[in-house]
Amino acid sequence: MQLTINNKIYDVDIEPDTPLLWVLRDEIGLKGTKYGCGIAQCGACTVHVDGEAQRSCQLEVGDLEGSAITTIEGVGTPEALSAVQQAWITHQVAQCGYCQSGQIMQATALLMENNAPTDEDIDDSMSGNLCRCGTYPRIRAAIHDAATKLQEG
Amino acid sequence: MGRAKTIARRTFLIGSVAIAGGVAFGVYKVKTPHDNPLADTLEPGQATFNPFVKITSDSITLITPHADIGQGVVHMQAALIAEELDLEFGQFETSFGSPDAAYFNTALGAEAVPFASFDEGFAARTMRTVATSAFKLLGVMGTGGSSSVPDQYEKLRRAGAIARETLKLAASKEADIPVSQLSTKNGAVVFPDGSLRTYQDLAASAAKLTPVSDVTLRDPSTWRLIGKPMKRDDILGKSTGTQTYTIDLEIEGMVHAAIRINPRRAEVLEYDASEAEAMPGVSRVLPVTNGLAVIANSTWRAINAANQINFDWAEAPYPAEMDAHWAEVAASFMEDRLDQEWRSDGDPDAAMESTEVLTAEYRAPYVAHQPLEPLAAIVRVDNEGAEVWAGHQLPRFVQQKVAAIAGCEPDQVTFHNQYSGGSFGHRLEFDNITLTTEIATQMPGVPVKLTFSREEDFAQDYPRQIGMSRSSGSVKDGKVDSWSLDIATVSAARSQSARLGLPAAGPDTQIAAGAWSMPYAIPHLRVRAYAVPELAPTSSWRSVGASTAGFFAEGYLDELIHFAGADPMEERLRLCTNPIHRQVLETIAEMSNWGSDLSENQGRGVAMVESFGVPTAEVVEVTNTEDGIKIDRVYIVADVGRVIDPVNFENLMQGGVIWGLGHAINSEITYSDGIAEQTNYDAAEGMRLYQTPEIIVKGLENAEKIRGIGEPPVPPAAPALANAIFAATGQRLREMPFNKHIDFV
Ligand code: FES
Ligand code: FES
Repeated sequence: MQLTINNKIYDVDIEPDTPLLWVLRDEIGLKGTKYGCGIAQCGACTVHVDGEAQRSCQLEVGDLEGSAITTIEGVGTPEALSAVQQAWITHQVAQCGYCQSGQIMQATALLMENNAPTDEDIDDSMSGNLCRCGTYPRIRAAIHDAATKLQEG
Repeated sequence: MGRAKTIARRTFLIGSVAIAGGVAFGVYKVKTPHDNPLADTLEPGQATFNPFVKITSDSITLITPHADIGQGVVHMQAALIAEELDLEFGQFETSFGSPDAAYFNTALGAEAVPFASFDEGFAARTMRTVATSAFKLLGVMGTGGSSSVPDQYEKLRRAGAIARETLKLAASKEADIPVSQLSTKNGAVVFPDGSLRTYQDLAASAAKLTPVSDVTLRDPSTWRLIGKPMKRDDILGKSTGTQTYTIDLEIEGMVHAAIRINPRRAEVLEYDASEAEAMPGVSRVLPVTNGLAVIANSTWRAINAANQINFDWAEAPYPAEMDAHWAEVAASFMEDRLDQEWRSDGDPDAAMESTEVLTAEYRAPYVAHQPLEPLAAIVRVDNEGAEVWAGHQLPRFVQQKVAAIAGCEPDQVTFHNQYSGGSFGHRLEFDNITLTTEIATQMPGVPVKLTFSREEDFAQDYPRQIGMSRSSGSVKDGKVDSWSLDIATVSAARSQSARLGLPAAGPDTQIAAGAWSMPYAIPHLRVRAYAVPELAPTSSWRSVGASTAGFFAEGYLDELIHFAGADPMEERLRLCTNPIHRQVLETIAEMSNWGSDLSENQGRGVAMVESFGVPTAEVVEVTNTEDGIKIDRVYIVADVGRVIDPVNFENLMQGGVIWGLGHAINSEITYSDGIAEQTNYDAAEGMRLYQTPEIIVKGLENAEKIRGIGEPPVPPAAPALANAIFAATGQRLREMPFNKHIDFV
């Protein structure tokens, strides 16, 4: 089957019920997307499918042919950071960092839809993403900051 | 001296490591430095000055041996060296280094002795020296007990200064210019005419010199890095998905493994793996201790197949149901199980004889660690020894554990420590390491990567100690007068020591940690710790004993103050005798505007607990809404002697508060049929973003000794919240998790 990930086409030969998460990590080698729970409880595996934040541990690859998949590697790189990633660095959000790919993907999706989110919007959108280290206050601040930067263009 | 002697003959239990006290260490042995492990790695023309700095003609490597479990300790260690060595971030690489006695922890021993952190008496000082010597002789490397900063603060600056002065000496000899006319900047020695020679260029000449030993550390007023906001070295990788963790590593020729282990921690009676064996990508099913491993060509195929095995598990060696666990804890307040009477001021029994007595019982459940990166390890075993990749806090024990299974010597085990996706105490345990080694010994030469499913991780976690307290106390003239605090918990330290194969005699300093050393001059105060015999095995959980004892103490103290009709802050201030602790309380009172008006349905609670030498106070503000308690705001003040990086400090303080609050609200592990009932985050989620209050942080620098901040924010969070909820609702919460008794929004 063919998957479109970060604007590149990959041919994969795998059981169609395999979760996208494990195809990304083990077959394609995109390790930025993390495994945390496997049951849609932590958000560490968040990617975008056709622009929407989705839990890749819950998506069967067989259903994704023709969809545009974006992972953390597709939103920005150390050399070319996205506005959200830049805000994450400015606010020094990460501790262990393990949840942060998922947090950034979720926040990016939120900001694509709503470039001036209120605290409540952030609560609604981000509360499915667990951070065991407790970086939530900085996540909130970074999202507000990225929103301001995006509005300024 | 009498007391020091008695204690010296005992053994101390220190978080995860037990050491024998009273051993006669020869002064010579204690004074002799360990060999520099980097010396063995040098090629001609490369220089090392101590175990922490290596310079070659094209690179500078700083060894940062403490494990980075999210607390930013690689950056902190590198900054301490770079401060004195005049390096900028970007000019050097960091490495966890190889496990070696030279990296022994100089702070853990001193922290372990059963004296209050502020006790500078002869006995306390003597025992700290004895314990530190033991850690040195045993070469105990360890990350934990918030000890990284106290361990490294002076040692690494000195390492940087020694390297700097030796490089200057090399430059002086090369150019025949006196050292006094040389300076250093930006990774280079600067000559009087302004010309530069980089450290890399000087490596070959410096390699021929004996490192300069007489160095002076710089005055803090000249620091470029320490005390200032720093951009953490790992922040770019952790904001772009490019930081790798154990779970991400690929070693050539590697196979993937998943396990199923008896969740009752006993044998496998029978199993049927035929379905799993026939699944795509599965190559083998292998026996491991108390379970089976599935080997496959991808993580998913291995985990998926492991879930298809049917098992008949043997019974648990501990009670199958929670009622029996609690009954055992409740039955432990007896002479036979008295572990230590830690405090005995005045005569509480007499004081309570003819006055009204307030009694209360508190409970704290088992709680899982569950850092977000699941347990994982990669191990390859062959005739030469073994190679291990994993994130771990006790690297030399990793070598021992692997060697014992692989049938080699510990020094034949190469260990590559990794950045970890959190720990909270989880990565002091070895199951990922030992199980992977068991598999790898059955597949010689093949690197085996084992990834725990979240469900296996929950099932095999060693949770925090379960415990209870019983308090009785009385008041006089509107003041707290007497208090007898009895605490009974299982001993996480003994449980850990048994798994480490270490002796575990003597009192467990953690059972009543944060309670017995409270800086309150209550006329009649007794604190006794009782050890509950092992039930389900337990382990160190972020802030260890103080996470339970601190709740028991500060929750009940609030009740007693209320009983006296006094104000929770004013009465604590009146009772607090230690000036450092007093300032912490005064600061939090001022910051939180204590005493100012709140609306009818709001409440404010305070708690102060000292753990790992750091007095930490929190004020929590809540609103009692129609749908439940909302946590509005938290103020937190801690005195760590010196704040190394205010940004990282704030992040760790906030994270500690969130950890303490979240688990107090909604997390526990309960056993039914001998199996932990919580199998994933849906049943033990901790705090989420929508519940997170505003958290206002302040660090004080009055204390004489510098301390770490990874754990101290945790213990005051639960009692400050319980006390705030009482103020808002009149309901006392004496059992965690609080959501058993009250709703939260
Ligand atoms: S791994 Fe997908 S939500 Fe946790
Ligand atoms: S930074 Fe560690 S889990 Fe979020």
